[in-house]
Amino acid sequence: MATTVFMEALSPTMEEGRLVEWKVPEGTKVAEGDVLAEVETDKAVMELVARADGTLLKHLVAAGATVPVSDPVGVIGEPGEDISGIGGDGGGRGGGGGGEQGGGGGDSAAMTAPGESAAAAAAPPEPVIPAASAPVPPSDGGRVKSSPLARRIAKERGVDLAQVRGSGPGGRIVKRDLEGVTAGVAAPGRPAAGFTDVPVSQMRKAIARRLAESIGPVPTFYLTVDVGMERTWEAREALKAMGPEGKVSFNDIILKATATALRQHPMCNAWWQGTTIRQWHDVHLGMAVAIDEGLITPVIRHADQKTLRELSAEARALAERARARKLTPEEYTGATFSVSNLGAFDIDHFTAVINPPEAGILAVGTIAPRPVAGPDGGLAVERRMRITMSCDHRVIDGATGSAFLKTLRTMLENPLALVW
Amino acid sequence: MATSFDVIVIGGGPAGYVCAIRAAQLGLTTAVVEKEKLGGVCVNIGCIPTKALLHSALVANTIAHDAKDLGIRVDGVTTDYGVAMKRSRRVSEQNSKGVEFLMKKHKIEVIRGHGILEAGKKVRVDKTVYAATKGAVLATGSRVKGIPQAGLTLDGKTIISSDEALFLEKAPTSMAVVGAGAVGCEFADIFNAFGTTVTLIEALPKILPLEDEEAADALTKSFKKRKMTVIAGAKVRKTTLKKGGGATLEVEAGGSTQTIDVEVVLVAAGRAVNTEDMGFEAAGVRLDERGFVEVARETLETTAKGIYCIGDVAGPPMLAHKGSREGIVVAERLAGQTPHPIRYDNVPSVTYCHPEVASVGLTEAACKERKLEYRVGRFPFSANGRARASGTPDGFVKLIADPKYGEILGAHIVGADASEMIHELAVARENELTVEEIDLTIHAHPTLSEAIMEAALDAMGRVVHI
Repeated sequence: MATTVFMEALSPTMEEGRLVEWKVPEGTKVAEGDVLAEVETDKAVMELVARADGTLLKHLVAAGATVPVSDPVGVIGEPGEDISGIGGDGGGRGGGGGGEQGGGGGDSAAMTAPGESAAAAAAPPEPVIPAASAPVPPSDGGRVKSSPLARRIAKERGVDLAQVRGSGPGGRIVKRDLEGVTAGVAAPGRPAAGFTDVPVSQMRKAIARRLAESIGPVPTFYLTVDVGMERTWEAREALKAMGPEGKVSFNDIILKATATALRQHPMCNAWWQGTTIRQWHDVHLGMAVAIDEGLITPVIRHADQKTLRELSAEARALAERARARKLTPEEYTGATFSVSNLGAFDIDHFTAVINPPEAGILAVGTIAPRPVAGPDGGLAVERRMRITMSCDHRVIDGATGSAFLKTLRTMLENPLALVW
Repeated sequence: MATSFDVIVIGGGPAGYVCAIRAAQLGLTTAVVEKEKLGGVCVNIGCIPTKALLHSALVANTIAHDAKDLGIRVDGVTTDYGVAMKRSRRVSEQNSKGVEFLMKKHKIEVIRGHGILEAGKKVRVDKTVYAATKGAVLATGSRVKGIPQAGLTLDGKTIISSDEALFLEKAPTSMAVVGAGAVGCEFADIFNAFGTTVTLIEALPKILPLEDEEAADALTKSFKKRKMTVIAGAKVRKTTLKKGGGATLEVEAGGSTQTIDVEVVLVAAGRAVNTEDMGFEAAGVRLDERGFVEVARETLETTAKGIYCIGDVAGPPMLAHKGSREGIVVAERLAGQTPHPIRYDNVPSVTYCHPEVASVGLTEAACKERKLEYRVGRFPFSANGRARASGTPDGFVKLIADPKYGEILGAHIVGADASEMIHELAVARENELTVEEIDLTIHAHPTLSEAIMEAALDAMGRVVHI
């Protein structure tokens, strides 16, 4: 039974790899662990090894091709085997993938965004096998290194071990690698992922191309809202009155509200990927922290799932580590959206620069008492705060961004809306 | 001699010298600071001499109890502890010289003296200050201690520890062993074999409190058969030294008190870690609330950057092989590698008295406490051909397995050579083999290890040989 060779994530932040060179020609016998190809990642040139014994029947991508992680790049099997069903589910190439976006190839040279470091070099169209055909067959034939215990657990849960990354000796899959993994999590041909890749439609491509020509790499526009913060102020005071454990900052509350609002507006919690937009299912919030040398954005992972208390503690800890220059790469990469707060510097309003490939960023100003029109037409004084959202127009349109900000504002003006 | 090294290890015991050898293998310039003999407690006054004495004890017992049955006529067997002790000293000396040789072979500098940390990864020995460019490693180990609250302050004569026991010229007529962990049980066995009347006292409800209860029961039974008095759940309330030698202990157990008169009291109720007078404060090394050096579990780095800690002084289990493994991991880290993290839940624990007790993983009580589902597979050596043939039918293999996947949660062996057999289970657990794989592996016949295979089968409900 043939097994698919996937572009593997050779580093934690790798999103795609450029297959520099095939080390093994088609038709050569390979053993598990043999180097199949050299792959250039966001960090270095690394080796892609065979995960099964057999013959490398086919190179699904040519040398020089850039391929997203978890896309098929080759097939190992027995000579003469029928492998027509393999390699068809690449959702990230040339706007192909099944469904209506396939279109007649259209702009087959994928949209490249000049200047983006992690950007896809044009994924060359290599539509070897018709898209949307049979999904990758489960590879029980190819040998995947796993402990007997892990194999038992996987069998019982119906998990395909070929989709699981091993952390044991020699890349072996062990019991802990299966924690939380169930059969339904892995889509065919793809390791369990917390995101959905939406192929970029023709209209999207056109907007992207035109706007990039006019503005620059990231066509940005800005939306500002003025938020009444009295209720949040009161709520925070009430928490403080509980004692030292109740102390949270305004930024903690804004982070929590942002994370929650993003769950309701997934198009704002997304990455521009050139030929697809990656809508993340989880919210990993980047939080800008000023440090001596400049600025760094540590990431609070799963910010939407954390309580205010947890978020506050984590934000504090990350900021300390950031200032002490102790953040690991895993801690400052992988954000799905970012927040920058200059309120402490008394800045009323500013625009922040988006961190590609994220699609948006919030710039939070200071909370200050301001005159507002009162309910009876007179003047009242209220604590107010201005938030400005920078949006990548290739991903977020005016209406989308505005809807998100409306939700965010509602939560801040009505703290209970956070849990509604 | 150079005064700057990549790595300086303070303490030349099993943790320290292994760390130094691994560091040298990886190309780091290394020095070991040792104020007594290389090999530490293990080689000189611990593991090695006790195992030599236990071997003497085993042979003494075999000759005394089994010779006739085995077809050997022996008349007038006498034992001489002094001679056995001298042999154990020779074995220790051989091993200690062995460590010295290894230091030379790997070009590791040995600095004789007491090492004191100074800020900035420096170690002062007498008047010289040595600098460790990559890291300094604390491996200062532990020492014996008494129980002053019970009146058992070590005096080197009547109230003694393992340190003195290993140098006695002759076996005392009577001895109370206070503390029935591995050390206490081993000495009880040794002196009993050499003719001492032994009373073994343990404060917790069973002897060998860290082992599975069934193992403790089996050993208690065996000790009692050999005419040792075993009192568990007992606390020494008062100690009175007698004029002219010996001591009287007031022992309270199960609500009643008894007095025990003995020539010597051997205190084996735990060891104290060596953390005093080492410049910890100046260097920024902190102790945790139990008195061990506080270390980050994964890296074994202390609260002072660049200072690492391994072995007994880094925390339990206080076992030589755990210290050695920690030494290797720290050496590899200092050489820039990312070693596999230590599986502290898979450290084998062995008591070398007879019958031996060896275990790895959880006891049944621990499984109950964690509310884990489990199945037990047992096989007694009395049903094992090899054991019968060798005249060692005491003991059993007990495997605790997860009922769903067969994961080996715990393994306990009581019997001859348990210390060797346990490794089959340690390897199995390390590689996540289940009881199924133990059965699938053909075990040679006739061997004691077949009992492991049978216990695995019993855990799956299909034992063959009982």
